[in-house]
Amino acid sequence: MKRNPACAIEYVQYLNEKGELTQPIPKWAEQSNLLLRYYREMVMARHADQKAISLQRTGKLGTYPSILGQEAINVVIGSVLNKDDVFVPYYRDHTAMVMRGMKQADVYRYWGGDERGSANPDVGKDLPYCVPIATQVSHATGVAAAIKIRGEQRAVLCTCGDGATSKGDFLEAINLAGVWQLPVVFLINNNQWAISVPRTIQCGAPTLAQKGIGAGIPALQVDGNDVIALHEIVSEALQRARLHKGATVIEAISYRLGDHTTADDATRYRTNEELRDAWQREPIKRLQHYLHQRGDWDESKEQRLQAQAADQVQQAVDEYLQTPQQSINDLFLYHYEELPAGLAEQLSEADMANQLQEKAGQRG
Amino acid sequence: MTEQNRITLVEAVNQALHYAMSKDENVVVLGEDVAVNGGVFRATVGLRERFGIKRVMDTPLAEALIAGVSIGMASQGLKPVAEIQFLGFIYAAMEQLVSHAARMRNRTRGRITCPMVVRVPFGGGIHAPEHHSESTEALFAHIPGLRVVIPSSPRRAYGLLLSAVENPDPIIFMEPKRIYRATKQAVPDDGKSLPLDTCFTLRQGTDVTLVSWGASILETMQAAKRLAERDISAEVIDVACIKPLDIDTILYSVKKTGRCVVIHEAARSFGVGAEIVAQLHEQAFFDLLAPVKRVTGYDVTMPYYQMEKHYIPTTERIISAVEQSMEQA
Repeated sequence: MKRNPACAIEYVQYLNEKGELTQPIPKWAEQSNLLLRYYREMVMARHADQKAISLQRTGKLGTYPSILGQEAINVVIGSVLNKDDVFVPYYRDHTAMVMRGMKQADVYRYWGGDERGSANPDVGKDLPYCVPIATQVSHATGVAAAIKIRGEQRAVLCTCGDGATSKGDFLEAINLAGVWQLPVVFLINNNQWAISVPRTIQCGAPTLAQKGIGAGIPALQVDGNDVIALHEIVSEALQRARLHKGATVIEAISYRLGDHTTADDATRYRTNEELRDAWQREPIKRLQHYLHQRGDWDESKEQRLQAQAADQVQQAVDEYLQTPQQSINDLFLYHYEELPAGLAEQLSEADMANQLQEKAGQRG
Repeated sequence: MTEQNRITLVEAVNQALHYAMSKDENVVVLGEDVAVNGGVFRATVGLRERFGIKRVMDTPLAEALIAGVSIGMASQGLKPVAEIQFLGFIYAAMEQLVSHAARMRNRTRGRITCPMVVRVPFGGGIHAPEHHSESTEALFAHIPGLRVVIPSSPRRAYGLLLSAVENPDPIIFMEPKRIYRATKQAVPDDGKSLPLDTCFTLRQGTDVTLVSWGASILETMQAAKRLAERDISAEVIDVACIKPLDIDTILYSVKKTGRCVVIHEAARSFGVGAEIVAQLHEQAFFDLLAPVKRVTGYDVTMPYYQMEKHYIPTTERIISAVEQSMEQA
């Protein structure tokens, strides 16, 4: 019997859940600066995330998807992409997007129901949040095709969840990336849950990464709570892409420690035992342990960082809450490059309705 | 013009694509069978040979992907002209067109736009298999952020497609394949585009306004000619730019004639004709001498080709509707 060696899926880990190295550390991680940055950014991410949930609970934010437990994936993406690479996110990538130029206040604006959260020109040509599952994956191949057509040495990184890999869009897009040899990295954030549907009944294959093999794309798994492994694997895949050596599928094994969104209640479908177990593997604690062991971190640094994070997040909240209201014009002006005549009439109508409403409000 | 300069509608599409690609290197063409084969209707013939495989791309057989990839390309400043082979297969791409192409500009308040054209042959009349003959322009016209354009002559195909490629909005460019090769016109390859915000008045008249688009323009013009023989003067308007709709040209005409018949191949209910009639009711009610009539496909599945002749509006049905309209006042 012959076996096709291409079908083996590698699993990469450097730092286990206890914060111990499971293989020799890569050269870059012998230095402290980047690991410390990852640690700080993850702490910041968790503060910003917890604040978003509080804002939602107090009626100051709409439905919000928490990134709790998926901070490692976020901070590594935010760090390893070059400025002129293109990030194509799904909807659970807040910190990665902030590290790419979005303001934390913009994150709150967007989930606070304001399209201006996605308007910041500092974000460049990164795509905005994408809510319909897996649809962004074909956008990523389109961006990558544009880069290839223009002969540029840039890469695209696209994220999606484990549920997204069941959709045709994902499969169609990675298929194209394989056949056109596109400069794109598909990073599956396998956080084990698609709302209430666990990974075990999402797909019968033992890994999600192996879908890449069907598309002729190198594919592997990585510990999604291990910043060192993520950094190694994602950087290498991006570099391959930039050098026009083709696409990569990376399945990052993480865990969604929170609810799907603030509108969800995971206690309906998930056991406390499973959740407790998952908390043992979360990304921040293990890196803290490791940095402690190396002598790069101590309690006073931790206290300073926690205070600093709380302060920065509060500044973002203040900025968000002071956002001026949108005008009726904003509702109409961005559907076409120029406002069509018929739509201009509806804009006047909406303006009139608004004035009537305000008058009625004043009387009331 | 000599016979050599006269070309068909599908040749005019091809000529416009050649022109647009030669003027702007950001214009790229993608779709199923568009490159080596030149398109199943030959609309993209010669592009690959002239502009190369980097700009003229055969895609895998996946409509949602074609739309999604076009969105990704457009977000970076390319101007993709994608072909969906038949309208009956575009539904897999609907999510991309509705949820992303149409919304990206608004979602990002103009930071990311989708300057893309989706060309798609539509309509019956060519003895094609099931699913190859639909007319569902209303589905797209209903979506805020999309433009819908339907040429009905070689000249308008050339001029409107050039405009569509230049335009920064996402455009569904629907090509009436029944008249792909029905007539020839002289179409100078001069790069002159036609406006995307106006109807085209094809024939002046004083008694009734006939409003149509796409392949039905053929029967509508025949009806107008036959009505003229009976001293009924019909004005014929080709809507051409379905969305955004130039209602002013139609209103101007109907206020003059007092009567209107809207003709389209698509099913009747909830269609583009219904929108035109509603706007006439809102804005020209007191100028109407008779109720506005619709001559359309019926609210049934587009039949397989044997029964098409009972479905697609005929010249006789249009004349009959005008007669009824004339009798009412």
